[in-house]
Amino acid sequence: MCLGVPGRVVRVEDGVAVVDFWGVQREVRLDVVDEPVAPGDYILNHVGFAIRRIPAEEIGETLSLYETLLAAAAQEDLMAADVRSEIEAAGKTQGGRS
Amino acid sequence: MIAPDEGASQLKFRDPETGRKLVESLKRVTAEVGRTPVSVMHVCGSHEQAIARFGLRANFPKGLDVIMGPGCPVCITDIPEVDEGVALAKQGVHIATYGDMVKVPGTVRSLADAQAEGAKVHVVYSATQAVELARRLAPEEVVFFATGFETTAVATAAVVLAGTPPNFSVLSAHKYIPPVMEIVAEMPETRVEGFLAAGHAATITGWGIFEAFVERHGIPVVVAGFEPLDILAGLVRLVELVRDGKSEVVNAFPRCVTREGNLAAQEKLWKVFRPVGGRWRGIAHVPNGNLRLTDAWSGVDARRRFKIDVASLWDYAPSTLAGSCICGDIMAGIASPSDCRLFGRECVPDTPVGACMVSSEGTCKIWHVYGGRPDFEALA
Repeated sequence: MCLGVPGRVVRVEDGVAVVDFWGVQREVRLDVVDEPVAPGDYILNHVGFAIRRIPAEEIGETLSLYETLLAAAAQEDLMAADVRSEIEAAGKTQGGRS
Repeated sequence: MIAPDEGASQLKFRDPETGRKLVESLKRVTAEVGRTPVSVMHVCGSHEQAIARFGLRANFPKGLDVIMGPGCPVCITDIPEVDEGVALAKQGVHIATYGDMVKVPGTVRSLADAQAEGAKVHVVYSATQAVELARRLAPEEVVFFATGFETTAVATAAVVLAGTPPNFSVLSAHKYIPPVMEIVAEMPETRVEGFLAAGHAATITGWGIFEAFVERHGIPVVVAGFEPLDILAGLVRLVELVRDGKSEVVNAFPRCVTREGNLAAQEKLWKVFRPVGGRWRGIAHVPNGNLRLTDAWSGVDARRRFKIDVASLWDYAPSTLAGSCICGDIMAGIASPSDCRLFGRECVPDTPVGACMVSSEGTCKIWHVYGGRPDFEALA
């Protein structure tokens, strides 16, 4: 529940960002993020909220854990299941606006 | 979309050479402490998941004991708090909660039991979904049974501040980590000589919050991320501090954690919540360890909106197995799952006796799924 999954911002509208998580686009709320975010930025998503904008030069190492989990993990893997539910916590995009 | 090879090209955390060097360093500095065991504690289910999943425990030096403390928010939710949720569900309101909470045993019933008896229990992944559910079901009352540490409480605070429908309220079982570290450090049985703090909770609170703790208890704190190499590097740094007798805070996760943390999130958190003392399951009364809604938000506080009749649940005797559960000792770091006579026998993920076997962040569930402390020497 505390993983904070990183994703890339595709667009921003009215305090909600559409964020790409490994090909899945989800809406992430920007109510509590520490800095303004713009398309191309990466954010940490925690239960549907961005909790940090990650500097672009530091994103590589932050992504690698999740890539391994999502690429290779079996369904019953606890960490992978938590990553998937974190992504699920972000809202499904409905024509770009919920 | 994220190019798959963008992060993978760095492969930093999977680089076996770096991993081997860190394991060697960890062995060396542990030996340099000059006594065994050296005991350190992390307070995060996600750290335990990474340690177990990537087999790190097999690589820890024999003289180093890495204990999982009370870092699973579902596990430390106290039985009376579960009872409150179950009682409200039985009173006919809709309960929305995170998935893990549904199976956690209360005194005699879990929310899943209540659901089987006709109560309206909904699993949500986020506070936002709980509010959407309330809008959909209006005017029927929807109570969001909210669990999680400060990182998750921030999300609850944000939806409350953004405005909720009149039929929505919050039953807060949110917890605040810093005070429980004080309790563990002060337990007479404790052997903890240093803490590995969780990177994402510190993303919100900042690493500065641990400075007063370090000063009071003379115990070092290292903030670490979740990649296997992050954890190894954090442990090397922590054992070095133990070796040198230095009590200070080291931020080993600078790409996400700053000294002051996320101020916007903290402001929202403390607008909606106030810390109050309360029991953590199996641990103790933790001063300032529970987050409750402030008076300004009493209108969305389920405890003030409803008369919650928990006593009505107690007509039946609790399971006798529950009396043998040692979840509390495991979370306090004075026992391991393998010390429990129920572990893997009467208590398994499908029929859990204690909360530690329910949550994906519970020590018992993690050890059951991945194996806890592999001993490869037995194979040699």
